[in-house]
Amino acid sequence: MDINAIKVIEDSLDAKIPEGVIQEKWDKHRFNMKLVNPSNRRKFEVIVVGAGLAGASAAASMGEMGYNVHCFFYQDSARRAHSVAAQGGINAAKNYRNDGDSIFRLFYDTVKGGDYRSREANVYRLAQVSNNIIDQCVAQGVPFAREYGGMLDNRSFGGAQVSRTFYARGQTGQQLLLGAYQALQRQAHAGTVKLYSRTEMLDLIVIDGRARGIVTRDMVTGEMKSYLADAVVLATGGYGNAYFLSTNAIGCNATAAWRAYKRGAYFANPCFVQIHPTCIPPAGEHQSKLTLMSESLRNDGRIWVPRQAGDTRPAAQISEAERFYYLEEKYPSFGNLVPRDVASRNAKTVVDDGHGVGELQNGVYLDFSDAIGRLGKDVIKDRYGNLFDMYTSITGEDPYEAPMRIYPAIHYTMGGVWVDYNLESAIPGLFVLGEANFSDHGANRLGASALMQGVADGYFVIPYTLGNYLAQTQLDSVDLGNAAVAEAEAAVNDKIDKLMAVNGKRSVTHFHREVGRALWDYVGMARNDEGLRKALERIPEIRAEFWDDVRVPGSAKDLNQSLEMAGRVADFLELGELMAFDALHRNESCGGHFREESQTEEGEALRNDEKFSFVSAWEYNGDGQTPNLHKESLAFEYVALSRRSYK
Amino acid sequence: MKLHLKIWRQENKNSQGRFENYTLDDVSQDSSFLEMLDLLNEELTEKGDEPIAFDHDCREGICGMCSLVINGVAHGQNREPIKQVTVCQLHMRHFHDGETITIEPWRAQAFPALKDLIVDRTAFDIIIQAGGYVSVSTGGAAEASAIPVPKKDADVSMDAAACIGCGACVAACPNASAMLFTSAKITHLGILPQGQTERYQRVVDMVNAMDTAGFGGCTNMGECEAVCPKDISLDFIARMNGDLIKAALMGVS
Repeated sequence: MDINAIKVIEDSLDAKIPEGVIQEKWDKHRFNMKLVNPSNRRKFEVIVVGAGLAGASAAASMGEMGYNVHCFFYQDSARRAHSVAAQGGINAAKNYRNDGDSIFRLFYDTVKGGDYRSREANVYRLAQVSNNIIDQCVAQGVPFAREYGGMLDNRSFGGAQVSRTFYARGQTGQQLLLGAYQALQRQAHAGTVKLYSRTEMLDLIVIDGRARGIVTRDMVTGEMKSYLADAVVLATGGYGNAYFLSTNAIGCNATAAWRAYKRGAYFANPCFVQIHPTCIPPAGEHQSKLTLMSESLRNDGRIWVPRQAGDTRPAAQISEAERFYYLEEKYPSFGNLVPRDVASRNAKTVVDDGHGVGELQNGVYLDFSDAIGRLGKDVIKDRYGNLFDMYTSITGEDPYEAPMRIYPAIHYTMGGVWVDYNLESAIPGLFVLGEANFSDHGANRLGASALMQGVADGYFVIPYTLGNYLAQTQLDSVDLGNAAVAEAEAAVNDKIDKLMAVNGKRSVTHFHREVGRALWDYVGMARNDEGLRKALERIPEIRAEFWDDVRVPGSAKDLNQSLEMAGRVADFLELGELMAFDALHRNESCGGHFREESQTEEGEALRNDEKFSFVSAWEYNGDGQTPNLHKESLAFEYVALSRRSYK
Repeated sequence: MKLHLKIWRQENKNSQGRFENYTLDDVSQDSSFLEMLDLLNEELTEKGDEPIAFDHDCREGICGMCSLVINGVAHGQNREPIKQVTVCQLHMRHFHDGETITIEPWRAQAFPALKDLIVDRTAFDIIIQAGGYVSVSTGGAAEASAIPVPKKDADVSMDAAACIGCGACVAACPNASAMLFTSAKITHLGILPQGQTERYQRVVDMVNAMDTAGFGGCTNMGECEAVCPKDISLDFIARMNGDLIKAALMGVS
């Protein structure tokens, strides 16, 4: 890939944003979209890949409408997708606290929090449907936290000055997912949705320029099988596992999205990844993943490090005057509730400056002693009990007695497959939902907004926009004898054969760790020209070593976890390069993408709106070739561009 | 630390399984149990042997995918000072140097073995499909604040809804009963106003599905509750049985 040889294609992308004032766009669009008559819906087959919040809600909703839905996922049950792990909550503009919230304010906060790199119309729609989400989930029986009077409780979250977050203890993601999962099981029972568990999508089938099916591998028998449909919906999550260590589940992968990219969809803003400020720091080389402590902890916890660099005394021996509450000092109005990117970068700065705590000096303190003193241990236990238990189990330390140690970790990817306002990718008939798309969070996602986007896309957007596509598209009937099916199956088989044939000396995990390290070092919390160029050299080297020396034991015609992982890591080794390439190309700082060359005197991210107020949508141009760049320029009509300030 | 491992190996669902012995050196006290297995698998791979297949995903105790019986106890419960953990949250600091550890899969007729330590838990999904939901389609919901739910009820509902569907209750039960799992869903929904309409039909249908799937009956041993990583209470089984009797009296079948 050559940064100086990018073919830029200006204004080639039609985001299909409806006309009119932002408050009316979605309503008007819903009226203007074509409908599929209820009795005709059963004539359509729809493939949904992924059964997390976005996938399960989409599959269930479309099943309820009468489409024939086929839902594929790699876990043994749809209840396990990684949405299950979201802890803190889900935002909605209900304004139940009477504290000045509104749809416009949620929209405004999300655009600003995303550092002006998201699409206004999408974000507004997200804020609009946020209220329907809460209604829907409550009706499903999601046990949201209640006040004594029986009304729904709310809490506040980073990046907002209102209390708009709904929650179910520290298990909001689990409860929302179970709501969607149960709706999905109801449709499975009704026969409108067919479930394919332990089945992995390995390629996309494109016929006459339209997405018409997928090639899958049965992860129990190893059997390869293709499925055809009238449209394909990807809800396959993000690519945070490219970094090896992240808060993602071990199985989270980018393979579906990456296959779509190689089949003609565009990959947008791959350098936009979110580093979550409150995770448990790694304990050593054996570490296989990082565990998140919900951001909601920042409501009651105070973040500090010893003022003196290199101070290794236990927290209890460090007096109040010797503690550096760096967020409270630097950002008096938001304090510990600054957005995630700001909190993460500041933690990195203090640790890099030698103030780190813990045995490996790789963390900062999150201290609850004030809150326990003010509210009592019982209140804190009620709010965060399960998180505290999890912390104790992992570290062997008791956060009721001594402060937690936290450090940022890769958590969420804002980048993803480029989609228009209808969530349709550059390949007609391929729709992408949830974390797998790029659309709503810009360069930084606010807390409690991932759940909101996943269910918004699945329950309230795709049921309309997919119908609109099916209603106005003349689809020829296709069968498995089509040449495109044979070509995709051959490509998948060829790759598996190659992986099995290398028969080298190193495990897949070894290479995953290597590419993860390169990405964390050079495409992590702070990036610069020199480091990114190193990453662009190093990643292809690791890729070459992988294809030369990886060992995938066992058989491809069997349950083979090494083979599953090998395929995913092979894709990370390609995607990782594009992430570094995009980060090098975007020579500005915005949100989670911090280029050291572009910062204010105070060390804050400095955007360059003149040059970079656009979405970078990369088009595949062949392996190892420089991808083409499609630019979608971003206009901010409703939220004036300004430098974010949380002081 | 050094460990001796006795691990269940089985090629596929039709083959006969057996225990294999492995020795592992240099295990970090701070690593999790699954990270210890990762280490073993990496060694096996680099030696040219086939690694041990085991289910796992989130590794933070919430997805319910991991499922190991350690020294006869599901999830290796009672090793950690605080209960409430799945095996992914069990750490090696609670084992001692030189210890022999036996690792087996969930064993139950309704959970057929797939390979090594992996079993098929689809039967749990089938139970949910029979009625583990509120029948409300997307778009049909009323304003969320329209129905207040007493905090006490919301809390009990949440206690039950916390079930992660891992199946440890079934693995621990001498009868391989799924009563704790089923009763958790019945309580989660049955205690909320939203779940009242279908309350009695739900309990009848889910219990039937549970029986059909090949799970055994409950004889009040309490083993399920003892290993449950999310502290699902035996009280929920009593509640479910109560609802089942009421359903019979009401003529719901």
